[in-house]
Amino acid sequence: MDWDLVLSSFWPMLSGGLTATIPLALASFALGLLLALVIALMRISGQPVLSAIARFYVSVIRGTPLLVQLFVIFYGLPSLGVTIDPWPSAIIAFSLNVAGYAAEILRAAILSVPKGQWEAGHTIGMSRTLTLRRVILPQAARVSVPPLSNTFISLVKDTSLASLILVGELFREAQQIAAFSQQFMVVYIEAAAIYWVFCLVLSVGQSALEKRLDRYVAR
Amino acid sequence: MSPADPLLRATALQKSFGSNQVLKSIDLSIDSGLVVALVGPSGSGKTTVLRCLNGLETPDGGTVAFRGGPALDFGPKVSKKDALSLRDRSAMVFQTYNLFPHMTVLENVVEGPVQVQKQPRREAIANAERLLARVGLADKRDDHPFNLSGGQQQRVGIVRALALQPDLLLFDEPTSALDPELVGEVLTVIKELAEEDWTMVIVTHELAFAREVADEVVFMDDGVVVEHGHPDQVLRNPRHERTRRFVDRLLNPF
Ligand SMILES: Nc1ncnc2c1ncn2[C@@H]1O[C@H](COP(=O)(O)OP(=O)(O)OP(=O)(O)O)[C@@H](O)[C@H]1O
Ligand SMILES: [Mg+2]
Repeated sequence: MDWDLVLSSFWPMLSGGLTATIPLALASFALGLLLALVIALMRISGQPVLSAIARFYVSVIRGTPLLVQLFVIFYGLPSLGVTIDPWPSAIIAFSLNVAGYAAEILRAAILSVPKGQWEAGHTIGMSRTLTLRRVILPQAARVSVPPLSNTFISLVKDTSLASLILVGELFREAQQIAAFSQQFMVVYIEAAAIYWVFCLVLSVGQSALEKRLDRYVAR
Repeated sequence: MSPADPLLRATALQKSFGSNQVLKSIDLSIDSGLVVALVGPSGSGKTTVLRCLNGLETPDGGTVAFRGGPALDFGPKVSKKDALSLRDRSAMVFQTYNLFPHMTVLENVVEGPVQVQKQPRREAIANAERLLARVGLADKRDDHPFNLSGGQQQRVGIVRALALQPDLLLFDEPTSALDPELVGEVLTVIKELAEEDWTMVIVTHELAFAREVADEVVFMDDGVVVEHGHPDQVLRNPRHERTRRFVDRLLNPF
């Protein structure tokens, strides 16, 4: 095994991970989560049109490959005169995608809060919006932490697709090193190992967060 | 309405769920400072009456008027805003407490005063602490509901309602989810409130309690008020056969 290659390729890959993979995942997740909340609220609004739009969105996002979504935005839109740089294209595609999945998670979490909590909010005079904000969403957030963490971990891995639209993230670094050195096995295994460590760290963070949130909840 | 008018007057309240007509025509009149016990068989519509009075449910027809407020006519044209205004006049104590599990006891109590009534936080906290002390829960202020017994949770539920200073307190079977040995502590609190100036409607199956604290008993069956009057009269000397059968069944269950 070529240990020199392993060492010399480690820093470019790790730095691709820390400066591109993780920021890309964080930005897309944050934006996606905001959009997901809007879609989830549309879905449970009881307004047929809003709810149908939300259902359609989720169905399209979940029914098409992420790679195709990414290519539509980066390679497809220019033919309509809209050209977007690699980074923003990646963030747009990943946030739209995450929103489709997270919307379903948030919807289920909101619906899992007992109806009596809405009524308790209302009986102390709260409007629907205030009850949602102060009573329902904090409880829904707790329920949705485990599935949302899983979504985030998947997203971290999915960002490797951004290499195909020329974002200099971890896997694109790996591809370049591999092509240059012709040591595909070593370099790609090394890339896999770095992704794996990222995900391990995230799962540890996930457990800690869940423990913290579970302190006061009946099981 | 003048001060001599009842605190609350409801006439011809109707409510259906689908084809199930739960309230056929309910008339109720509640004077300030009085305690009304609402009794009746399961499914007779007692909870639905409370929910309509509290604006948790919108009646299909009839009127509800609080003293000093508009007489709301629940025809087809009632505005949502008017219907919701009922929530400012009354507060409900639920059978299953429905405390906010993510908040401490104190936060549960100050939530309405601070978020809805916009009271200064310090004032709301001082008031909440006073009320919690009254029901013997001063030392639980920083606990979460999950760590409290059912009786303690229900006492917090009562304090949460009291903190809003509503004109009318609504209790929906406040002790029926409790273990028998915890019923007393909650009934004691309600009895103390009854001796003050609070106006309350209590849905209950505890007839002995109703006789002791209520100024008036209203007996409902099948979506109508069958009879109402002084507790001794309604519960000991019912005028109607349906009331008699209900009372007998509760007093001699076997
Ligand atoms: N939201 C609802 N949707 C459909 N049906 C309902 C709803 N709420 C109540 N009902 C029905 O209305 C009827 C009366 O219910 P309600 O809860 O008012 O009775 P109750 O007198 O409080 O009975 P209990 O003593 O069992 O609490 C029941 O048949 C019930 O199934
Ligand atoms: Mg009931």
